[in-house]
Amino acid sequence: MADIAMSNFREASQDAAATAASQPARTPTVVVDDVHIVYKVHGAGSGKGSATSALSRLVSKKRSPSIREVHAVRGLSFTAYKGEAVGLIGSNGSGKSTMLAAIAGLLPPEKGAIYTNGQPSLLGVNAALMNDLTGDRNVILGCLAMGMTPKEVESRYQEIVDFSGINEKGDFISLPMRTYSSGMAARLRFSIAAAKTHDVLLIDEALATGDQKFQKRSEARIRELRKEAGTVFLVSHNNNAIRDTCERTIWIEKGELVMDGHTDEVVREYEKHNRA
Amino acid sequence: MGLTPKQLAAKYGLGVSGKRPSLPTYVRQLWARRHFILAFATARLVAQYTTAKLGQLWQVLTPLLNCSVFFLVFGVMLKSRDSIPVYLAWLCVGVFVFQFSQSAVQAGTRSIADNLGLIRALHFPRACMPVAFTVIQLQQLLISMVVLVGIVLANGQMPHMTWFLIIPALLLQCLFNTGLAMVMARVGSKASDISQLMPFILRTWMYVSGVMYSIQGAIATWPPLAKTVMALNPATIYMDLMRYAFMPDSFSKHYYHGGKDASGHALPQHLTLPHHIWFTASAWAVVVFVAGFVFFWKAEEEYGRG
Ligand SMILES: Nc1ncnc2c1ncn2[C@@H]1O[C@H](COP(=O)(O)OP(=O)(O)OP(=O)(O)O)[C@@H](O)[C@H]1O
Ligand SMILES: [Mg+2]
Repeated sequence: MADIAMSNFREASQDAAATAASQPARTPTVVVDDVHIVYKVHGAGSGKGSATSALSRLVSKKRSPSIREVHAVRGLSFTAYKGEAVGLIGSNGSGKSTMLAAIAGLLPPEKGAIYTNGQPSLLGVNAALMNDLTGDRNVILGCLAMGMTPKEVESRYQEIVDFSGINEKGDFISLPMRTYSSGMAARLRFSIAAAKTHDVLLIDEALATGDQKFQKRSEARIRELRKEAGTVFLVSHNNNAIRDTCERTIWIEKGELVMDGHTDEVVREYEKHNRA
Repeated sequence: MGLTPKQLAAKYGLGVSGKRPSLPTYVRQLWARRHFILAFATARLVAQYTTAKLGQLWQVLTPLLNCSVFFLVFGVMLKSRDSIPVYLAWLCVGVFVFQFSQSAVQAGTRSIADNLGLIRALHFPRACMPVAFTVIQLQQLLISMVVLVGIVLANGQMPHMTWFLIIPALLLQCLFNTGLAMVMARVGSKASDISQLMPFILRTWMYVSGVMYSIQGAIATWPPLAKTVMALNPATIYMDLMRYAFMPDSFSKHYYHGGKDASGHALPQHLTLPHHIWFTASAWAVVVFVAGFVFFWKAEEEYGRG
């Protein structure tokens, strides 16, 4: 039953692609061509193993039995154009974050290729920040990690701190980040990440951070970024955020394309599918 | 409209995402990230000790404790100190210098694997990671150097013109370590089993390098070829350079009596610096650095895969 539904969606998506193709003078910015992405997981199963077992494994040149492969994306193809905001939806573990990382060129595809215009960037500096460092040091580190020059960092610093609103309740920016509430940390992270403009912007669930006031502010900032960027990809489990921000949506399930078309249509089908 | 995705991409001049840049471009990108490398290294160093009560003091305490253990075991119990005139200073220079290369190897091996989150989130030349970890080791060594100067002075060695040689010796070792860290980073990013073997390899390297005893004395009766090979060991070379810089007296004939010690062992005539030591030290540094850099760059697009 589900299979029939899926094949219907596929046809719908082909229609959408056909109408997209017939419109003249659209410049593609991201072309994803039959991409497969495989994670290799070390140490699944029997733990790390002792040095002697490592030695015997190295000597016998045998592949470690504890390496498992996760085929996260299976043959996705689509093209995104200049000025488009594309939503990516799908259940947990369907491969959305993986796809974004691959578009950004951070995860090499096992098969297929991804062509892009300029340097797509993930909106995310979480990984560069360190909990034991103070907020202000993290702002500087995060900005440098995103590729800003020290001069740019200096000129943006106050703007970032003000946007995050961390200092509204006192001098918190000079405290280590581990003393922040989870919302405060998320606000600071978003503020750092959103300080830079990009050609192709990839956003993974960044809207779900902070209190309502901050959510409003961050949505407005995303709209601004979208104006400056050529193309925006947005991953979210909040269908309303997708509806508000994107006109086109791609639905992925188990690493495969289910449907690609106008947001209203795709999200409607997605909600219908989830209710069943 | 029969364009394949590839043709479409070509028509609009799109490039393959995450493609490895050419070597000159890569060097330029890495240079552009020097501020990030420094900020990252400093942040790591600060964050490393914030949870310990004594904080940054551990940077000094750890090498000191190491030295005391080696002094007790090799100097006092195994009597290495009898054959070397300023043993304590001699030992500490060896420990700190070897530690510098050893920790560069250890940190390099883990630099990619431990920072996969960062690598999967942001764009930067991946060589930033091994380089940053070498910078961390250098910062730690500079702190240890202050301690070392204290030990050397306390051991009766007065400041000397040769102390200026410390700077070029350190620079060469730095270059060598960075290359080594980049090789290990690539190796460690693929085979996580290597990190289990590293302790064995490093310990072997330490014992054959003569950190706590004079390797020259130990291999005095070996055939010449074996002696030459042992003398080419980069760790021995960098240690000898630094020892000579700090206390040139250890290499002076005056301080050795020759003959036999109380238990009948022959004492070494005197320690000598190998011929062409500066040339060998420079060659190691340049060759390992360049080879390591190219070797690391060759797999640039692969590091995100883990
Ligand atoms: N670092 C990793 N190592 C191994 N497998 C991974 C890794 N990250 C993701 N996966 C696997 O890849 C698949 C897709 O994960 P992904 O994170 O892309 O899902 P997602 O669509 O973003 O899910 P969510 O909605 O929960 O964020 C999952 O099966 C997951 O187990
Ligand atoms: Mg996700």
